[in-house]
Amino acid sequence: MTTTSDVADRGGPGPTARSAEAGGVPPGLTVNGTAALLGADVTPHTTVLDWLRGRGLTGAKEGCAEGECGACAVLVARPATPGADDVDGAQHVATEWLAVNACLIPVAALDGQEVVTAEGLGSPDRLHPVQRELADRGGSQCGYCTPGFVCAMAAEYYRPDRAPRERDHADDPTHEDADPAEPASAPDDEHGPNGFDLHALSGNLCRCTGYRPIRDAAYALGPPGPDDAFAERRRCAPPVPRHTRLEADGARFVRPRDLAEAVALLAEHPDALVVAGSTDVGVELNLRGARPPLLVAVDRLPELRALATDGEEIVLGAALTLTEIERGLGGRVPLLAELLPQFASRLIRNGATLGGNLGTASPIGDAAPVLLALEASLVLVGPRGERTIAFADCFTGYRETVRDADELIREVRIPRPLARTTGFTKVAKRRFDDISSVSVAFALDVEGSTVTRARVGLGGVAAMPLRALATEAALEGMPWTREAVASAARVLGGEGTPVSDHRASGRYRRAMLEQSLLRLHAHHRDAGTGAGAAS
Amino acid sequence: MSALSERPASPVVGRAQPHESAALHVTGHALYTDDLTPRTKDVLHAWPVQSPHAHALVTALRTDAALAVPGVVRVLTAEDVPGINDAGVKDDEPLFPREVCFVGHAVCWVLGETQEAARRGAAAVEVGYEPLPSVVTLAEAVAAESFQGAQPTVERGDVEAGLARAAYTFHGELEMAGQEHFYLETNASLATVEDDGRIFLQCSTQHPSETQEIVAHVLGVMSSDVTVQCLRMGGGFGGKEMQPHGYAAVAALGAVLTGRPVRLRLNRTQDLTMTGKRHGFHARWRAGFDGEGRLEALEATLTSDGGWSLDLSEPVLARALCHVENAYWIPDVRVTGRVARTNKTSQTAFRGFGGPQGMLVIEDILGRCAPLLGIEPHELRRRNFYQDGQLTPYGQVITQAGHLERAWDQVTREAELERRRAAVAEFNATHEHLRRGLAVTPVKFGISFNLTAFNQAGALVHVYKDGSVLVNHGGTEMGQGLHTKMLQVAATSLGVPLERVRLAPTRTDKVPNTSATAASSGADLNGAAVKDACEQIQGRLAQVAAQRLGVPVPDVRFADGVVSGLGTTATVPWEDVVHSAYFARVQLFAAGYYRTEGVHWDSSVMRGSPFKYFAHGVAATEVEVDGFTGAYRTLRVDIVHDVGDSLSPLVDVGQIEGGFVQGAGWLTLEDLRWDESEGDQRGRLLTQSASTYKLPSFSEMPPVLTVRLLERAHEEGAVYGSKAVGEPPLMLAFSVREALRQACAAFGPEGTSVDLPSPATPEAVFWALQEAREGDVAGRGGAPVDGDVEPGAGPRPPGPDPGAPERRPESETALHELSEA
Repeated sequence: MTTTSDVADRGGPGPTARSAEAGGVPPGLTVNGTAALLGADVTPHTTVLDWLRGRGLTGAKEGCAEGECGACAVLVARPATPGADDVDGAQHVATEWLAVNACLIPVAALDGQEVVTAEGLGSPDRLHPVQRELADRGGSQCGYCTPGFVCAMAAEYYRPDRAPRERDHADDPTHEDADPAEPASAPDDEHGPNGFDLHALSGNLCRCTGYRPIRDAAYALGPPGPDDAFAERRRCAPPVPRHTRLEADGARFVRPRDLAEAVALLAEHPDALVVAGSTDVGVELNLRGARPPLLVAVDRLPELRALATDGEEIVLGAALTLTEIERGLGGRVPLLAELLPQFASRLIRNGATLGGNLGTASPIGDAAPVLLALEASLVLVGPRGERTIAFADCFTGYRETVRDADELIREVRIPRPLARTTGFTKVAKRRFDDISSVSVAFALDVEGSTVTRARVGLGGVAAMPLRALATEAALEGMPWTREAVASAARVLGGEGTPVSDHRASGRYRRAMLEQSLLRLHAHHRDAGTGAGAAS
Repeated sequence: MSALSERPASPVVGRAQPHESAALHVTGHALYTDDLTPRTKDVLHAWPVQSPHAHALVTALRTDAALAVPGVVRVLTAEDVPGINDAGVKDDEPLFPREVCFVGHAVCWVLGETQEAARRGAAAVEVGYEPLPSVVTLAEAVAAESFQGAQPTVERGDVEAGLARAAYTFHGELEMAGQEHFYLETNASLATVEDDGRIFLQCSTQHPSETQEIVAHVLGVMSSDVTVQCLRMGGGFGGKEMQPHGYAAVAALGAVLTGRPVRLRLNRTQDLTMTGKRHGFHARWRAGFDGEGRLEALEATLTSDGGWSLDLSEPVLARALCHVENAYWIPDVRVTGRVARTNKTSQTAFRGFGGPQGMLVIEDILGRCAPLLGIEPHELRRRNFYQDGQLTPYGQVITQAGHLERAWDQVTREAELERRRAAVAEFNATHEHLRRGLAVTPVKFGISFNLTAFNQAGALVHVYKDGSVLVNHGGTEMGQGLHTKMLQVAATSLGVPLERVRLAPTRTDKVPNTSATAASSGADLNGAAVKDACEQIQGRLAQVAAQRLGVPVPDVRFADGVVSGLGTTATVPWEDVVHSAYFARVQLFAAGYYRTEGVHWDSSVMRGSPFKYFAHGVAATEVEVDGFTGAYRTLRVDIVHDVGDSLSPLVDVGQIEGGFVQGAGWLTLEDLRWDESEGDQRGRLLTQSASTYKLPSFSEMPPVLTVRLLERAHEEGAVYGSKAVGEPPLMLAFSVREALRQACAAFGPEGTSVDLPSPATPEAVFWALQEAREGDVAGRGGAPVDGDVEPGAGPRPPGPDPGAPERRPESETALHELSEA
């Protein structure tokens, strides 16, 4: 199970779907500039990848079928994040090219949308700049992962706010004074002089090259040229979502017109599977053979896409992608700013939504511990109206929440003021794009030398995400000293019921709980006194 | 300089050339086997019915329900096999088994109009099983004496006398995990039947000739009835040397029985649960050193986890035994090997082919013993290097010891190891929660197949009337750049520009009886065969050109597409010479052939000179370890590697970097886990997807990775003075593991010896550094052998693996708990 979930429900087979409404545009999309209809062989479960390959477009490859390797990456045209104008601000950008995993998305979800594959970017005798750099620098060996890298790299190439930047440690690559374990002072080995963010490629695996020539290719890219059609495309309006209804193989895919229709559909079919970015549903379809009879797409419903940062509460719409939240918040919630770059990969974050990650209620989802520590609440909407639930009361068991089957997650609300001392520890085998064995989020207030308030959220140590209540109690009112923290850390080490599995032993998970608090203290030794962090 | 190794003026080899398919790769135009499916009409799709048991008899197989699923066309079972029901050559791999031997073993295959129909059909097949006792772990296999194949010994001198002579002796154990190939392209075959009944099989295979042989024996036909073509592979790494054969045979059988093309492509989970991996090994050892830290003796028993059938386990073991000493002179040696039979996938070739496992033994010994001997690890390693004239334990003479010394000195100098060791010590003294380690390790890797017969190759070169050249050779392209090198070799040999030469896909009807593209030998063997073919053609063309130019034949020169003669300014374009040659009825194509001379091997006594030469390399790696979590980062890597005179420097550097990162993955990150419980999931691969089996990604790439090719490394024995490069660099990654060991040790008092599990995951590193931090150095460790080291008075023995069992069991109970969850 991935943390990259995007389903708000995983109901079993539902009642037979209604027949589609008459009229409307037949479902189809634009691929590499050419319109294509979805044929009779397309079912609600047909992925973008299989559909493209069936059309003879072989650039996108299947490497893992679960959004881990990126060999299937393609570009999609999406509405630009507000404020995403190009670096000099000279021209308005309405559309962005984002790279997503074609293996996870039902092709019906892209009805009316625009897709570009490696074939569409360039051809062997007219290589795209990204393709040219990769080819010339030895960026491909077996070549199988390469078209996916090309698409992920092209998306970053066209990111409107990608701007050249100074490297902090250009002459001292081992940057011996820096502490890579401390994000705030992390050296910038992950950005090129051209502003290329290496995390754009965190969801692409290559088994041949060792990545160095791919990085060199990425860092050698200039800005798009003046007559670059893909750059130009960004000035025009993005494709709008369609009111899609597709029925085949005994199953239906519906993209409701509005929230009212979505709620009505769920009321009528409580077993419907709600889909947003499909980053979790796709895995169920591909690896576990799930064939849900009704998929309801909610990711483009405006009512679920609010983003407000100026009120008493920060509001994050459930259907916002994690990329949209990352950019929209711009670091205003430090704990989320620490979490989001560690959340799966850019390819996943471009599709996955906050609502989806909470809806699956995975005990190892990374968002829950952070939202627990932030004392966030969840707004649910259903046929009986809206209700707000404190996050701490949401989870009732393994992958179970208080949400009723006919309710949608509308938004997440985070109260202000935010705690002043925060930290997020994600323990995993791999630094980029791995699933947590343990995750711990801290939100503390330290006044003078005393902890006045402590909220601690835990993932990976029980059947559901937990607040570390005993630890919070052990911290509050205690001095922010090494001795007191060590004592509270021992309490934290006893929270939850960590098990052993292929990711980590239970013993290690317990140790990591304890260490996470010691680490927080080491990094924020002077919290409360206004002094900076110590290494 | 030998004729084989000498380069003409203006050679095309030696130029940094992008991969010959790079433009196709980056645009998605490069075709792989499964990309042919949408281009083929009426294709049927195959899907396996996989065993849920680690070991069971198949008592019943009912296919009626599957055949009733819409779109299901046929179910292939043992009864359908007209020839030999075996996917291998040792008669121990039934293609349709009556006894399943691992979880995931395919019992039968369903053919459907769509993949979806085949999948649903497979779910409807009813199989009856009678479970049998199973062996899952190496320890269980040893206890049950479950072994297979030969149990060879490499021996030189008197190891007991050597150990008795040693000033210090140590003993210990090491268990190292296997590794999944995780080529991005899973196994794929597409079989069609030609008009006359011959089979045409497109297959992602490193060994088309063997795929052909096995398809033929399964179908009960001759090899001439089967043609295998491999366009290119999306990675191989050894995983497509033996493993594709059975799947190809299933596809071919389906095509013959239905008359329709059959596609068999494993999805990732199927590939992970069905195909073999790198062998995990267990080693038990005793080692003796003299007063200055020179190795006196090594005695070891290596047990590999072969899985359910032999596959390539015997030659993998032989190579492990022949590499256990790596780059070090050890006077008295006895190393014994055995292959355990377990109820897992049948482990197979993987880049290095046992070499990495063998070499890890001695590198682990040196890393653990250095602090106990009170000698810096780099000094201990350097002090034990071979000298020219010394013999390996199996009797091969060392002749290029200087290569390794030069590489070592170059890394030491250019990577500023002295300065940086001081900087690391300073960093460690001033950081409470972080430690760095900086380690340097050597690689000496033997090149050639141990089995002498495999050291041959063929090529077929056509020159067309217009002067264009088409090259066929027996090697396959899996990303390693073999085809790029072969184009460069052909252009060099013929004296034409690179653009004039094209390369055709590997096919068994062009070059027969080929060896696997394996053992790093692809360029050595096929390059020499291509060169031979080109030189035959050029020799004939020289006759024609000599007449045109009015010079003696030996004075004709070919370069850059221009034919010239000594003593004349006149030149003739290549195309004109070719054109004239055609009208003079001169043969413009040739078959080339090469066999490696001077290698011999007697497997009955494990002695001989099995390797044409050794490839060398040295890597220095600096890591930083976080004391809170055990998480680490590789900060900087410096490599000097010996590729002889490089045929294609961009390709070679790519192989070195990629091999290094893949090796680092094996040693640190990639963590195969099997259910070892007694529950009903016993024997199941727990890490059977990309979300649970993690490959190195961008986050593992060091910010600084510098690779230099060793200069003055001309290899007399190989084509254009080059050396093989595919496998040796993988073992440069030992430097990562040793750097982690040193960083862990730096959490403890001076002289701490760290026993590090393999892979050294963050969890493993955390427990190792915790143990070091707790500083209980003197208290642990096993008994020294025969009273040679006083505990607390200088060096201490690491003892028989006291740490590992304490650290690992939780992970192992993990699996029990998981199955109950």
